[in-house]
Amino acid sequence: MDKVMSMPLPAVPPMSRRRVLGAYLAEMRSECLRYFRAPGFMLPMTLFSTVFYLMFGVLLNHGEASRYLLASYAAFGIIGPGLFGFGVSLAIERDGGLLTLKRALPMPPGAYLLGKMVMAMLAASIVVVLLLAIGIGLAHVALSWRQMLALIATGSFGVLPFCALGMFVGTLLKGQGAPGLLNLVYLPMAFLSGLWLPLSMLPHALQQIAPIWPSYHLNQLTQAAVGLNHGPLLGHVLVLAGFAAVFLGLAARRLRRNG
Amino acid sequence: MNVSEQVVARLAGVEKRYGHLVALERADLQLRRGELLALLGPNGAGKTTAISLLLGLLRADAGTVELFGCDPQRIAPRRRIGVMLQQAELPRTLRVGELLRLTASYYPAPRSVAESAAMAGVDDLLARPYAKLSGGQQRRVQFALALCGRPELLFLDEPTVGMDIQTREKLWAAIRRLLAEGCSVLLTTHYLEEAEALADRVCVMARGRVIYEGTVEALRARVATRRVRCISSVDAGVVGSWPAVSLAEQRQGRLYVTTEAAEAVVRRLLDADPHLSELEVQRAGLAEAFTELTREAADGLPETPREVA
Repeated sequence: MDKVMSMPLPAVPPMSRRRVLGAYLAEMRSECLRYFRAPGFMLPMTLFSTVFYLMFGVLLNHGEASRYLLASYAAFGIIGPGLFGFGVSLAIERDGGLLTLKRALPMPPGAYLLGKMVMAMLAASIVVVLLLAIGIGLAHVALSWRQMLALIATGSFGVLPFCALGMFVGTLLKGQGAPGLLNLVYLPMAFLSGLWLPLSMLPHALQQIAPIWPSYHLNQLTQAAVGLNHGPLLGHVLVLAGFAAVFLGLAARRLRRNG
Repeated sequence: MNVSEQVVARLAGVEKRYGHLVALERADLQLRRGELLALLGPNGAGKTTAISLLLGLLRADAGTVELFGCDPQRIAPRRRIGVMLQQAELPRTLRVGELLRLTASYYPAPRSVAESAAMAGVDDLLARPYAKLSGGQQRRVQFALALCGRPELLFLDEPTVGMDIQTREKLWAAIRRLLAEGCSVLLTTHYLEEAEALADRVCVMARGRVIYEGTVEALRARVATRRVRCISSVDAGVVGSWPAVSLAEQRQGRLYVTTEAAEAVVRRLLDADPHLSELEVQRAGLAEAFTELTREAADGLPETPREVA
C-alpha cells in the first residue's frame, strides 16, 4: 500500500574523507580550547601537583629526593586530567544534554571520545612540563633532553588508562556527583601507590598491595624516565594497557546501554 | 511520484517500552518533504520517545523507524538533519562562531558561519562566549547550530521556550523561510498558537499513541463550539437556558456564550436586546480542540497501570 516507502534518495553530496578528518580535528580543537579556557579546570589540574612538588620536592628536600619526587608528582599530576578531564566532563555532559545532542548530530563515531582523549593528553603534558621547569630550575635536578622527553611522553600516554577509569566513573554518575567520587579514588590511590611519600615510608602491608593500583605502575614508568628505575618496564606497560582496555570496555558497554 | 508525497521520516507500528512502562504503542507517523508537522500532546505522551527514535538515540522494540529510508542509528541519514533539543548545555567557554564551525564540520556541505548566523539572527554574537549569552540568545544560537548543516529535515523540540514575543516571531519567520526552501520540520511545542501559526499538519499524541493526525483546520473543525461575546443587558442565566448553549456567563460587563448554534443564539440575542453592542463570534481555537481530543482519549481508554514516565 505504501509506495512512498520506496522513495529514491536524491543526490546528496557524500561526506568526503577530507571533511570527515576535518570533523575529528574540529572536535579535538574545540575540546582543547574549551577546557584550556576554563580556570575551574586548569587551575586545580596544574596547581595540585606543582604546589605539592614545590613544598616537598624543593623546599623540604633536595638532591635525589627532588628527582624521585619529580617523577612521583608527575605521575600524580598526569592522573588528574584523565580522571577529571574525562570523567567529570562526561558526567556533566550526560546530565546537561550535550552528549545526547552530539549523538543525534552526525558527529563521526568516536570523535567525542577522541577529542577528550587528546585534550587530556595535552593537559597531562603541560603538567609534566611545569614540573620539569620547577625541578630543573628550582631544585636543580639534572636531566638530559632524552629524559625530559621520556617523562613528557610518559605523561601524554600514561594519562590514557586514567581516561578510561574516569570515563567509567562518568558513566556511573551524572552531573556534579562525579568529582566527589573521583577524588575518593584519586587521593587515596595516589597515597597508597607512593606518589606523595616513597613506598618505603609506608607500612609493610600497604607496600605489599601497592602493585594493585594502576598509579603504582605509572610511577614505575616516570621513575624510569628520570633514571631512577632500571628494572624491566614491559610488565608495567602491559598492566596499564590491560587496565585501560578493561575500563574502556566497561564504560563503552554502559554508554551503549544507558546513554 | 509526486514530490510533495515523499516521506522523509517515518514511524510505523512502533513500540517502545522502558521496563513495564509503555512509552509508545503502535505509533505511526509520517513526515513529508517540505512540510511542517507539529507534534502535540501532554507531558509523558511519548513525544520525546518518538523524536529520540527518529534521531537514532533509542532503538524501537518493534516496528519500523526510518529517516530518509534508512535506520537513523546510521550516520548517513543524520547528515541530512539538523537538531535543536529541548535541553542542551553547550560548552560554556566556546564562542558562538566556534560552536558554529564545529557543528558545521560534521556535515558534507554546510552553510557558511556568516549565513547560519544571519538566518538565526545571531550575527552580532559570533565573538561572544556561549555562557555570557541570555537564555533567549542561547536558544537562537542552538537554532543556528540546527540549520548550519543545510539540513533537509529539522527537528525542533520546544524551540521558543524562554523567548520573548519579538524573538519568537523572528524565529517563526526563519522557520517559514526554511520551509519555503523545501526543508521539512518536525516541531514539538506546548504553545498551540505556535502550531497554529506554522504547521501544515499536526499530530496529537496521548498515552503513547497517535490519537490524531491531520491538518490544523481539520482538527479545529472537530470542535463545533463557537464563542459569542458582546455587551448586553440580557441576563446570563436566561441565555444559559437556551437550546445548544453549553455555557453563558457575565464577566467584566460582558456576556460570554459558548454554543454549537452560534447563528441561532446571535439572532435571539439581537431580538432580545436591540442595544446589544461589540458583538464577536469566534470559532474555538486549537487549544479547545486539543483539550477535547486528549480528554476523549483519556476517557476512551480504560485505566491501566500504563502511565508513561
